[in-house]
Amino acid sequence: MQIFRASADTMLRLGLAVVLLGPFCAAAFGMVVVRSNYMTGENQTPIQPVPFSHAHHTAEIGIDCRYCHTGVEKSARAGIPPTKTCMTCHSQLWTNAEMLAPVRDSFVNGTRLNWVAVNTLPDYVYFDHSIHVAKGVACTTCHGAVGNMKLTRQAAPLNMGWCLECHRSPGGNLSPPSAIFSPFPQEKDSAEIEALLSHYHVSNAGLTDCSVCHR
Amino acid sequence: MKARALLLLIALSACREDMEQQRKFSYLEPSTLWADGTSARPSVEGTVARGAVKAAEEAAAPPPVTADLVALGRERFDIFCSVCHGLTGEGDGRVVQRGFPSPPSYLSARLRAAPAQHFFDVMTHGYGVMYPYADRVPPQERWAIVAYIRALQAATPVIAAESPARSAVPTGGDDDR
Repeated sequence: MQIFRASADTMLRLGLAVVLLGPFCAAAFGMVVVRSNYMTGENQTPIQPVPFSHAHHTAEIGIDCRYCHTGVEKSARAGIPPTKTCMTCHSQLWTNAEMLAPVRDSFVNGTRLNWVAVNTLPDYVYFDHSIHVAKGVACTTCHGAVGNMKLTRQAAPLNMGWCLECHRSPGGNLSPPSAIFSPFPQEKDSAEIEALLSHYHVSNAGLTDCSVCHR
Repeated sequence: MKARALLLLIALSACREDMEQQRKFSYLEPSTLWADGTSARPSVEGTVARGAVKAAEEAAAPPPVTADLVALGRERFDIFCSVCHGLTGEGDGRVVQRGFPSPPSYLSARLRAAPAQHFFDVMTHGYGVMYPYADRVPPQERWAIVAYIRALQAATPVIAAESPARSAVPTGGDDDR
């Protein structure tokens, strides 16, 4: 007596394949998802209360990064400027612009301008801007060519693999002192890398220790 | 069945983000605890900020002028002042070119004669349409900028038409100050 039809063989093989390969496929799918821009936020441009253009303020007008981000050389946070910094110029320029109404409101009423953070790290990462800038990592190395960004977007995946790439081999990501606060990444040749490493006293010894970034 | 449920539980536990978003306020984090919506609290009245005493001392005593101080002054001047005052102090900065009222030139007779304290006070308290910069430029750097303003003035000396020194100065035209 025939209990199973001929197709049962195929079903069994398919079933076996699913049982054996399924977990690998699921794991691979998960790994692709966590590295996707959807999960890392790379190339995402949050909507801001005021459509602030880094391209205009840095590349076009030539304002230094540090004019607004005053903490970047001295503390862990580069800092979001207070409304007063905006009003230093905009008390005189574009004083009736509709686009800047939230800035004026904030200045007059002392209310918060709720800028949306473009680059965020998990709470267990203790990133410090000052040491990166002091050791020759230019703003654009992580933040991309802000001089081209009419609206600010996240330029890097900011995941641990990305951090480690540089912490394992920092040379290629260093810039000469004159280029650190440039709104555009500067070209450099490979001969320069050794010179920059020794100029900033950077070696990768200890740079991948857990406690460098985690406490 | 039990093992499967356990596996599922373990897998689900990976979805929690307790570590990623810890129950602490980080920089500029919003909060519903206070009416103004922010976790950053204003200082209690009478608070003396850490470092405020040192800053006041530095503000009161100009540091000795060294090459390093002038170099620091140049760097800070280029960041904070040159946008309006121009890289040479003539008052023709990039923001002025876009319509901001033009500040007086540092090379004018009045500002050449002004005491160093005047420049320091203007940076600290603002002047006319210029906002104060005390919260952006600490006192030591303000003094450094004053030193650099003096260097800018010295770099463009006023030399009387009949002065014998004129022959020693290479001139680019007739518009000498």
